[in-house]
Amino acid sequence: MAAAPPAPDAFEGLRDLYQDVILDHGRRPRHAGKPETFDASAKGDNPMCGDRVQVFVRFAPDGTIGETRFDARGCAISVASADLMAETVAGRTPADARALFAAFREMARTGTCPACDAALAEPLERLAPLSGVHEYPSRVKCATLPWHALVAALDGAKEATSE
Amino acid sequence: MNVATRPALLDVARIREDFPILTQKIRGKDLVFLDSAASAQKPRAVIDAMRLAMETQYANVHRGLHWMSERTTEAYEAARDAVALLLNAADRHEIVFVRNSTEAINLVAHSYGRGVMRRGDAVLISGMEHHSNIVPWQLLRDSHGIELRVCPVTDAGELDMERFEALLADGRVRLVAITHMSNVLGTYTPAERIVQLAHARGAKVLFDGSQAVVHRRVDVQALGCDFYAFTGHKLYGPTGIGALWARRELLDEMPPFLGGGEMISSVTYEQSTWAAVPHKFEAGTPAIIEGIGLKAAVDYVLAVGYEAIAAHEQSLTDHALARLSAIEGVRILGRAQDRGGVVSFALDRAHAHDVATLLDRQGIAVRAGHHCAEPLMRRFGLESTARASFAIYTTHEEIDALAEGLEKVREFFA
Repeated sequence: MAAAPPAPDAFEGLRDLYQDVILDHGRRPRHAGKPETFDASAKGDNPMCGDRVQVFVRFAPDGTIGETRFDARGCAISVASADLMAETVAGRTPADARALFAAFREMARTGTCPACDAALAEPLERLAPLSGVHEYPSRVKCATLPWHALVAALDGAKEATSE
Repeated sequence: MNVATRPALLDVARIREDFPILTQKIRGKDLVFLDSAASAQKPRAVIDAMRLAMETQYANVHRGLHWMSERTTEAYEAARDAVALLLNAADRHEIVFVRNSTEAINLVAHSYGRGVMRRGDAVLISGMEHHSNIVPWQLLRDSHGIELRVCPVTDAGELDMERFEALLADGRVRLVAITHMSNVLGTYTPAERIVQLAHARGAKVLFDGSQAVVHRRVDVQALGCDFYAFTGHKLYGPTGIGALWARRELLDEMPPFLGGGEMISSVTYEQSTWAAVPHKFEAGTPAIIEGIGLKAAVDYVLAVGYEAIAAHEQSLTDHALARLSAIEGVRILGRAQDRGGVVSFALDRAHAHDVATLLDRQGIAVRAGHHCAEPLMRRFGLESTARASFAIYTTHEEIDALAEGLEKVREFFA
């Protein structure tokens, strides 16, 4: 804490992948922890690296996603991704959440999503800091694993199927 | 052939000139390759031997009556002599070529396990095995009714020898299958002692030498073991070729592993008879070019000399342990007395994958994950670690770069 902040260029080349929002949400996720009650839940597992996440969804009376929480064991990118997912799907219908996942997955794989629906611009901007993973094919799954678990939960499944 | 002559001490600058890949830049930075335990880089001697064989004499082995086939057969069989010399095998026919250590262990599990072991016999492995020395025995257990026993590992990352003795005590262990050097902890297991204890209880011993053979001279006769497995690609050779050494009388007794061409003496529809060892275990066209490459790798390693290699890597390992343990928040797995050039570590507050990615951004290649040793990870209460591993071409400066890079990662996550 008392240590002098490192020179601005000390982290050159590190910040483009690990932007502040990822470090912040990776370290202090706002939506972590299993809730007392939930309507749907599913696990996602990445056997290649040992990452594991469980997603819990509570629906609002109108059928939209009320609250999403998660329990994750994984890297900063997977935890930050789960947290930003929980934030961006709140208030959306399951169909909207699926559409957002499709757009986000495209962004995680390629870095951009030119064909993405303009209606998703706002949440995608929120998720954009994660797009740096496209440079690391083996890390794309870190970012998408929580979404796979979410979609599985929305489908009524207990486990996400692998990509 | 372009190999270093045997120096009193290893001339690492000279060695590095033999490895063309080491001049690569990664993200604009000099490559710092600290992942040789996963697979080592290749010296020009290996690359040239393989290319030359394909350009000048390539044909299938063991059956052609023409010049090309004769030359290629000679070159391929010379690899068997090279491996016999490497391991100090008493008989070149005790060298069976396989794809890798995994296949060597599966061969033993299949041929020795199914052919010789009986229901109720036990196989004893250790708590620091690679999955390749766990899963074949689980398959054998499930199909053949043998028992699988696991000798625990101490907090220091060494084999618990008291428990080892106890697990052998009832005399039901027919085979001890154990790593000669852990790919996670770097621990050398006490091979001679293991053999002595196992043989006293009537058990054979298989060593997984995938890591060990890279760093120290292995003498299977001095060790007194019964099976020894290693893979070529960690020993500066190509992928797709490795070897199983086993005592001649065991190979003679064991039924074949895979059936097909090359491994038969004669075939009729009623029955077939098997070729003599080692060909009985080498069905199909082998990895010819890879075998030739492996010979070049073995020649290279022997020319550099294990004394120089072991001294160099010991110095690197000591340096790495000193530098990494001085970094706040770094936890090094295992502190075995006898260890080789592999150091696994965890960093407080940072997941191993983040550590590896952030090091990669600085041009430093380490491995991160469970290193195909999930039970061992759990033993130490972790899901994954980062791992730096060293080779003949690794420099002390590269370890300094790792330490500085790690310091930066630590600050980044602070």
